[in-house]
Amino acid sequence: MLVEILDIVVSGLLMGGIYSLIAVGFSLQYGVARVLNIAHGEFMMLGAFITWMLYNVFGVNPLFSLAICGPIILIIGFLLYRTLFTRLRTSSESIGAYEGSSMLASFGLLFIIQNVAILIWGTDIKGYSYLNFGVNLGGAIFAANRLVTLLFAVVIGAAFYLFLARTHLGKAIRAAAQDPATAGLMGVNINQVLALCFGLGALMASFGGTLISMCYPIQPTMGFQYTIIAIIVVVLGGLGSIVGSFIGGFVLGLVGSIVSYWQPGLSLTAYYLLFIVLLLAKPTGILGK
Amino acid sequence: MDIPTLTSKRSLVSGSIILIMFILLAISPLYAPRYTVILLTSIFMYVVLTVSWAIFSGPTGYISLAPAAFFGVGIYTSAILGKALPLPIVICFGALASFCLALLVGALTLRLRGIYFAIFTFGLVEFIRHLLLFWECTVTGTRGRIVILVDQTTVYYVMLAIFAISLLTSYFIRGSKLGLALQSIGQEEDAAAHTGVNVTMVKVITFAISAFFMGAAGAIMATRWTYIDPYTAFNPLLSFMPVLMAIFGGMGQLYGPIIGAAIFTYLEEFLITRFPYHYMLIFGIIMVLAIVYLPDGVVGLLQKLWKRIPGRKHADT
Repeated sequence: MLVEILDIVVSGLLMGGIYSLIAVGFSLQYGVARVLNIAHGEFMMLGAFITWMLYNVFGVNPLFSLAICGPIILIIGFLLYRTLFTRLRTSSESIGAYEGSSMLASFGLLFIIQNVAILIWGTDIKGYSYLNFGVNLGGAIFAANRLVTLLFAVVIGAAFYLFLARTHLGKAIRAAAQDPATAGLMGVNINQVLALCFGLGALMASFGGTLISMCYPIQPTMGFQYTIIAIIVVVLGGLGSIVGSFIGGFVLGLVGSIVSYWQPGLSLTAYYLLFIVLLLAKPTGILGK
Repeated sequence: MDIPTLTSKRSLVSGSIILIMFILLAISPLYAPRYTVILLTSIFMYVVLTVSWAIFSGPTGYISLAPAAFFGVGIYTSAILGKALPLPIVICFGALASFCLALLVGALTLRLRGIYFAIFTFGLVEFIRHLLLFWECTVTGTRGRIVILVDQTTVYYVMLAIFAISLLTSYFIRGSKLGLALQSIGQEEDAAAHTGVNVTMVKVITFAISAFFMGAAGAIMATRWTYIDPYTAFNPLLSFMPVLMAIFGGMGQLYGPIIGAAIFTYLEEFLITRFPYHYMLIFGIIMVLAIVYLPDGVVGLLQKLWKRIPGRKHADT
């Protein structure tokens, strides 16, 4: 019995780590850059495929790929924001109108990124084997790559939190999240900071993608399901709250693991049920005011 | 010439143009090739979805991503009842099922504002789909359903009729007190509530009316596909398409969503046949460009160009 509980809890945390990373990125993009990014999962997919390619073609260690994929995706995200979303933001009448139109533009981006990926890598399911051996934790056995994934998810999440809390740039980002207009008056280059936030959000997604590619098979159409999970986690943690998203990821991972144990086909349905109940009862999330 | 006769003359002209168009469309199965009839049916389907989406979301500014849910409910109603009941009754049931779902969902969620509402409606589609998948896997042990076929011409006429009714409904709502209330909600919801508009009631009723037509369209479209399953019936793409089509056409005018839906559907057909491998990519690019560069849609662009024609300037002033 104890081993079963341990199994459920650790499995939940292992999945939760990846959910957290993706959701933190999503939360940053929505909370600061005000883009409800339907294409968020696509950046994750790009991260996963670049890692796969680096491993298969050049034999690069997937953990080292974090340092290669991250910056590439960061730049792509930054440029996308500067070319598309800055223009949408300045031409929109209100913040509500901008949120609507940026969400729809990101839906178009989903098609573009996904189909470019299909053109490059094809539609087949791909995967590689890395650190694929069992580790015994108090009687329950877990794959080593998944434990490494969890470790890295926590480290990346903590590093990101310190970046936001302690650095000058992090302060500028938090200021832009609270009030873009005033932050602009205080000397924050608002267009650059918002674009950076969008880029950083994409970077977190690509980290998630790299970690996922170590444990699971990947394919170009995998992004959307993770976008949906990111949306659920972000609502769970409170829209725009970075810490909330990080915790929410683990909560959702645990919920998924508990429900799967009881009825494997129902985990996604349980996510939505949780999501719908939460939106109705407490739309500001578990940590919201 | 005083203003009332001018406007009545204008509405008479545009009314008769629309009437002639409908007559031409009504007799088209007699002379047009089979492919054209099928294409026109697809166009009508998207027009119905877009026009009915715009009935609620256009004036209020609430972005509903639930069309796929209502459309899918229509499809499933048709698949379940199609064998037992005659077609018109099946369609009515499909429409009513969507109407009731929208009443329930609207009453629960329409206090959510802005992006929360969009997220919720988006989640609703996914929720219904996964619940159905689970149900089919574990309870009934089947995957998907076979739908009884109806011939193409009948589907065409039914779709044309739904199109005409939804258009008329949209037109009358625009001119009515309800339309005015919706617009005031879109501009400033709190102010609308203070001036005596029953905000919740107005929103829920209109949301349900728009769902009614989506359900009807789903019920008839199901008969064109022989086989349906939760993935085809509750496809999230069908939630986004009406939104994009309405924006692409321009929501300022009644005919904006119609033009947007017609152009987009034709474009989709064209791209699928010409560039089967790159069509989604091209589609995505057009989508993004339309949102960024055509915020007022095709109709807005035409109006702008119309004003720029030299010699028209003093006619306007």
